[in-house]
Amino acid sequence: MSASVKGRPPRVGDAPGFRRALIGVVLTLVAIVIIAPLAVIGYQAFSQGLQVYAAAIAHPDTLHAIGLTVVTALIAVPINTAFGVAAAWAITKFDFWGRRFLLVVIEIPFSISPIVAGVAYLFVYGLQGLFGPALESADIKILFALPGIVLASMFVTAPFVARELIPLMQAQGRDLEEAATSLGASGWRTFFSVTLPNIRWALLYGVVLCNARVMGEFGAVSVVSGNIRGQTNTLPLHIELLYHDYQTAGAFAAASILALLAVVTLVAKVLLERQGAGRARRGPALAAPAAAPKTASAEVSS
Amino acid sequence: MARRILPGFPLALGITLVYVSIIVALPLGALVFKAASLGFEDYWRIVSSPRAVASYRVTALSALAATAFNLVFGMALAWVLVRYRFPGRRFVDALVDLPFALPTAVAGIALTTLFAENGWFGSVLAQAGIKVAYTPLGIMVAMAFTSLPFIVRTVQPVLEDLDPALEEAAQTLGGSDHSIFLRVILPLLTPALLAGLSLSFARSLGEFGAIIFIAGNQPMETEITALLAFIRLEEYDYQAAAAIASVLLIAAFLMLAVTNILQARALRYTARG
Repeated sequence: MSASVKGRPPRVGDAPGFRRALIGVVLTLVAIVIIAPLAVIGYQAFSQGLQVYAAAIAHPDTLHAIGLTVVTALIAVPINTAFGVAAAWAITKFDFWGRRFLLVVIEIPFSISPIVAGVAYLFVYGLQGLFGPALESADIKILFALPGIVLASMFVTAPFVARELIPLMQAQGRDLEEAATSLGASGWRTFFSVTLPNIRWALLYGVVLCNARVMGEFGAVSVVSGNIRGQTNTLPLHIELLYHDYQTAGAFAAASILALLAVVTLVAKVLLERQGAGRARRGPALAAPAAAPKTASAEVSS
Repeated sequence: MARRILPGFPLALGITLVYVSIIVALPLGALVFKAASLGFEDYWRIVSSPRAVASYRVTALSALAATAFNLVFGMALAWVLVRYRFPGRRFVDALVDLPFALPTAVAGIALTTLFAENGWFGSVLAQAGIKVAYTPLGIMVAMAFTSLPFIVRTVQPVLEDLDPALEEAAQTLGGSDHSIFLRVILPLLTPALLAGLSLSFARSLGEFGAIIFIAGNQPMETEITALLAFIRLEEYDYQAAAAIASVLLIAAFLMLAVTNILQARALRYTARG
């Protein structure tokens, strides 16, 4: 093996000593910064043995938190997905006034602190908020209950599916759909037989990332949930509660479930990227505003 | 305006607008409305109170330090992943996204345990007299962890697409590695680096979950702005919560504008190259 990538003359930084030293330093830092936090979760979760771990997971409050987290994801993720597909269809298949502005608005939640999102929801549905008094007299509970948790989760993940689809559908243009429609296919038929097969991996990619964020969201949910043990505690909130109760083994047992979810998400991400997902938008995956899609080159003028 | 050939425009745009209005615009509007209803004097009194100003300082300085660390580490990581082949490279490449995939509360308790005085790293650092957990240094560690992927993932594609001919030309002209990196490669990476820096800094300003476990949360010393907004809320001081949250909102919009400008420039730059 030569020092550089095979068959190329040595490039900048290919001197063997420098190369080895840099790889060594970087891998050491990766071990400290990325691997150690993951390892310490596993270590702490099982530090008192398998039985304590199993008991911590099987505790009714923990099971309830897991259930609430799953229910939240089961509601928030499909709604988000429908929104993402609709937004991508509207933005990439049509030209209309305010299109670029809409793109920016969809991306806003990425830039906003989850705490700000939570506080903002309080001023809509809380007693001191816009609709609070009306909701109170109608006896509808949104805050400190499941609807509030779902709404806050939908805010923080609003862009996840749309931003995977928009660059891809932009690049694919409108030719195929226009051909299908001109041959007499209905709108739904066109979407399911022509568009969906082309975007399925990117769609799944967006759904996987969206799900990971919904299940792990902490800041926004902690404001709107009210942290009622065994009632409105999602798994991340339950971890905080156990941790501050000095139930370290329990906190890390609960944390290990979410860490496992993170690892599964990373594996799914790698597999989906092999299918070409995530390519159209080359940038940070889970939290960054996407680079503005290039419109001029990709669009088909009609 | 072009003719609309494809069906589904009213439905798709309708769903999009309803969702964006209810989920995104309504709450942010309510927050701005609440903060604006304070009146300038009350608003200013709250946002310029010593405790609030101390929280801005802690948040901004820690975010700067974390971003500086990520600038160096993130660029080295991107370089190693793109330019060198070594066993485990793909594994490390996949691991880079872990800070985004790992819920922040989980990251928070993991980092706190590692850096506490009896932790794996904390015990070693304590011998050197360095305290990380429950100090501003801890805030920096949490911010650096949660925003690490930004710089790696913005620099990586640019580094991959870098034309080897540029380096070769510089090498034929007798440039040393050091000077070629500084004069040829670094300028080409700068737009992507700046975009990554602004994303990383913006994320650090708003981070909450990972920080509150490790920060110690002492008012005036290790209390971040997001936590102060949260505390005001728990004290039922909704006006103060709205005002302080609005400061974070304004900071987020400023960073969003900066990021968009930098990314547009980065795109133009790449397109030209």
